[in-house]
Amino acid sequence: MKLRKNVAISDSGFIFNPSTGDSYSVNPVGMEMLTLLHEGTPKEKIKSQIMRDYVCDESTFEKDYYDFTLMLRNYKLLEEDE
Amino acid sequence: MSKPKYTIAVTGLNAIDSPGPGIAVIRGLKVAESFDVRIIGLSYEAMEPGIYLHNLVDKTYQIPYPSAGQDVLFERLTYIREQEEKIDFLFPNFDAELYSFIKLHKRLEGELGIKMYLPTLEQFEARHKPNLYEFGTKYEITVPFAQMIFSANDIHAVTEKMGFPIVVKGKYYDAKIAYNNEQATQYFNKISAQWGLPILLQEFVQGTEVNVCGIGDGNGNLMGAVPMRKLYITDKGKAWAGVSLDDKELIEITRKMVANTNWRGPFEMEFVKTSEGKYYLIEINPRFPAWCYLTVGSGQNQMEAMVNIAMGKKVEPFTDYKIGTMFIRYSNDLIVDIKEFEKISTEGEL
Repeated sequence: MKLRKNVAISDSGFIFNPSTGDSYSVNPVGMEMLTLLHEGTPKEKIKSQIMRDYVCDESTFEKDYYDFTLMLRNYKLLEEDE
Repeated sequence: MSKPKYTIAVTGLNAIDSPGPGIAVIRGLKVAESFDVRIIGLSYEAMEPGIYLHNLVDKTYQIPYPSAGQDVLFERLTYIREQEEKIDFLFPNFDAELYSFIKLHKRLEGELGIKMYLPTLEQFEARHKPNLYEFGTKYEITVPFAQMIFSANDIHAVTEKMGFPIVVKGKYYDAKIAYNNEQATQYFNKISAQWGLPILLQEFVQGTEVNVCGIGDGNGNLMGAVPMRKLYITDKGKAWAGVSLDDKELIEITRKMVANTNWRGPFEMEFVKTSEGKYYLIEINPRFPAWCYLTVGSGQNQMEAMVNIAMGKKVEPFTDYKIGTMFIRYSNDLIVDIKEFEKISTEGEL
């Protein structure tokens, strides 16, 4: 799963999709997730990193990861082949 | 090297809630790097705000409404030309006046030395709302099906075929979405009372509105193009805010339109992009749109480029623009001395 190459992510958590003109903002955890996805980090590695840095069990991570990536897909922020 | 100074006449000074493009065009000309400019405003009504924007408009003359005919317009422009040392270029900015200016093109240049850079009459007619579906078929651009009607009695027959919702459009301006025959009739009456007949009934396409502002050189070359998505739309459907997009497909569709039609002059192409990523051409306006100053902000001063093309200067096509450049309109209260209003109202110039 990868973010579209042209999606701009600023340090403040502001995201701009230049293909649609839509913009969003994410909190620091969302920002971390987006950065990892932008780098093409595999899901298992994201999971271990988030579970290491935050108080989060596996089922909560799975649910939130699914919700978050579904939202990214709905907003057309993911590469089309995903 | 010193820059030339051009005197440029501009219409569309009605910077109101449904703004004419004149003020945006003038702002583009004022920041041109290759020439200095004196602006002559051409107004239709005494309440057009541009008349009183003295930092942008040096002198304003009222001109007759298009319904008065070309000879009356030519006569008025002859008078204006006599008052001014010269008028190098003229920017008509209203759809409704373009026919007259296109017809007067040669006379204005030949007899008064006023250049313009406009589409040909064929190009102007071909992209007319009633002809747009045919235009799209000819040039392989997807256009929603539309039918022209001259009477409200025809609405029912058309909606039987097309279903609802349906878009009710005026010949030049205005468009409303109707969800039943009663609404369609109401919009038919309202729009035809203001803009005349025919009225166009167009298939409704669900999606996001994206527009392109560009210029063609008349030889099939796209000289500049900036795609924009409206971020905030007024109740009149006008963009109050927008952002330049990274949309290569849209630029390619635009390039194809310009190449196939040999489009000459400015244009705005209005599309609806569906959730499947399909583009439907809704309208082509044969002039700069009111948001054209975004092209300047994005790195393409298309107004400056167009004047230079018309002046015979070598102009390279723009190949790039800054993606993610926004515009946000604002309203402002100009304080105007009643004497100025009196002068433009009684003498027709200020």
